[in-house]
Amino acid sequence: MTQRITRRTFNRAAAAAGALAAFAPFGIVRAQAQKLRVGVLLPRSGIQGFIGQSCQKGADLAPEVIREMLGVEIELMNADTESNVDVARTRAERLIQEGAHVLVGPFDSGAAAAIAQVAEQRGIPFIINIAAAPQITEQGYKFVFRNFQTAIDIVRNGLDLIGELFQVTNTVPRTAVFMHVNDTFGQAMAKGIGATLPQRTHLPFRIVETISYDPAAKDLTVEVSKAKGTNADFLLLVCRLNDAIILRREMVKQRWQPMGIISPGSPGMYEEQYFKTLGKLSEYSISNVPWYNPNAKLTKIVEKAFLKRNPNDKLVYHGLNVGFTFEAILVAADAFKRAKSTDPKTLADAIRQTNITEKMTLGGPIKFNAKGQVEGIGSACVQNLDMLPKVVLPRAAAEAKPVFPVPGYRKA
Amino acid sequence: MDWTLVANVVAAGLLTGLVYGLMALGLSVIFGVVRVVNFAHGEMMTVAMYAAVALFAAWKWDPFLAMLPVALAFFFLGYLLQAGLINPFITRPEHSQFMLLVAVAIIMVNALLMSFGPDARNVQVDYQLESFEAGPLLLDKARAYAAGAALAAAAALFAFFRYTLTGKAIRACADNWLGAKVIGLDVKRLYALTFGLGSACVAVAGCAMVLLVDVSPPLGPYYTLLAFVIVIVGGLGSMGGALLGGVLIGVSEALAGLFITPSAKSMFSFGLLILVLLLRPQGLLGRRA
Repeated sequence: MTQRITRRTFNRAAAAAGALAAFAPFGIVRAQAQKLRVGVLLPRSGIQGFIGQSCQKGADLAPEVIREMLGVEIELMNADTESNVDVARTRAERLIQEGAHVLVGPFDSGAAAAIAQVAEQRGIPFIINIAAAPQITEQGYKFVFRNFQTAIDIVRNGLDLIGELFQVTNTVPRTAVFMHVNDTFGQAMAKGIGATLPQRTHLPFRIVETISYDPAAKDLTVEVSKAKGTNADFLLLVCRLNDAIILRREMVKQRWQPMGIISPGSPGMYEEQYFKTLGKLSEYSISNVPWYNPNAKLTKIVEKAFLKRNPNDKLVYHGLNVGFTFEAILVAADAFKRAKSTDPKTLADAIRQTNITEKMTLGGPIKFNAKGQVEGIGSACVQNLDMLPKVVLPRAAAEAKPVFPVPGYRKA
Repeated sequence: MDWTLVANVVAAGLLTGLVYGLMALGLSVIFGVVRVVNFAHGEMMTVAMYAAVALFAAWKWDPFLAMLPVALAFFFLGYLLQAGLINPFITRPEHSQFMLLVAVAIIMVNALLMSFGPDARNVQVDYQLESFEAGPLLLDKARAYAAGAALAAAAALFAFFRYTLTGKAIRACADNWLGAKVIGLDVKRLYALTFGLGSACVAVAGCAMVLLVDVSPPLGPYYTLLAFVIVIVGGLGSMGGALLGGVLIGVSEALAGLFITPSAKSMFSFGLLILVLLLRPQGLLGRRA
């Protein structure tokens, strides 16, 4: 027997379908409101692999800590950018397709610029953990936020700390050779130094030579020879991790002993891998970088969770990476809690209203300006002493006295 | 500019260039005899570098000590690769051979990624941070030893081809394939032997190179390209040309880094390549076809 569809049956079915369609968004919202899916993009492999893995530790502990703190459920969706800008872009696309409500990452200015374009096109909030190229938050983007210093801020703070270092150690270096990685971050830093250094008239040194090099360089013999040939008093270095290790080894091979190596604000020399690979050669390297506050209440909470997950590790080697990555996820969770929605625009509006005072990193509260940039993030002068990165300046936060010039220094 | 600085940079470029030369020598020998372009050449060197790293990690074998077993293993690997996989492709169109070796290269990179992960690895020997001092010249010890090993391996290969019957038979195959078959030489076995020798060269170069650079799986394609540049500059199929090409690339990169800008130094290898292709297409020591 065949069953005919009557007018009444059709009308009932249509009404049921209409009702389903009408209530479906509420269903979605309710489902979404239970959990925030955070797409975490980090360079867990490739030339920035070690730093990416360090940042990942901050992401991994975030769901548990944030659940305790805010009562918010977070699901991490991890993606490896492979230290490659193009991969970062495609991974961001995929995370959005797979349902990420917000993107976090990616410890690299080039990758951050690429992901920012994707996030803006797709209208998904993107919170940068670490990336300093100023142009990322100068494009008028509505969905891009950064809780990290721009290269200009890093350089400004970094140079001020260099001045303070010379004052405290009563030294007057006259010349510096400036070496920097030739990527988006390195170029932004070089530009920042070019613009800021002439204004810092109290600094006693001038740059006698600028040497840029490939961040994926496998051999820095020529670069170090050239730098040594300048006979400069100290090395001003904007580096990454792998190149910093190669460069330090090459300095020893070429018996080049300047007064010291000072980074005006770049990763590399305070990372655990730098200490592990170089041993005693890692000592005395100086990095002026945005840092974490070891005494902050939130740091204690994060450190406890960190040690639970990494019992053989020390937070001090990962403090910066863990701190800023954790805070980026915290910003997303805090906004989600206030917005009570995963709707991208509502979330972005809530992120814009962020005001987090209890934080792990140095500086003022996490508040985004109209460009999506947090201002007032503090820096510290961190020197490798006794195989640990220790804050030596500013004096108020110092754990040890700075050593400059470094022992063994002799005028070349 | 201070001449000692230039001399130091040239010396470093020369020493690195010799290791490059040995790597390219393997490619040149294989092409010169078998007439197959080994697109997996750099990847094979990366595998050799990992072998040296693994032997160092397991038994603290110095890479120079590891050279012998790794070269021997690579000889058999190369022999089997040629006998089992490449020989059937010898008479097929060139693009089939290219694709075959590209596939081998991709498999090698992925096998390394699965076995060792994506992170860079190295060996830490006692003399790694030491240098020889000769007046104003500072020669990195590891680099000097690596260059010495490259020269010794190249000399042994030259001697093999010049003074042994098997070497002469291989050269006969390279000169006249049909003639070699007519006089009863087992050409396919000699091809396999040649591929084995080329692979052993790459193994020695890889063990030496691991003292100079950290190794990671994506390094392979870079070295394949570099080996191509070197053999084209030196002359495809010419053993002396490969060594000369290696030295020229090593020194020109070093000087370009010193006088122009270090971040653009590899650009000069390709500049040199274009110049050679324009002025002497057969390469510096290559024979005109």
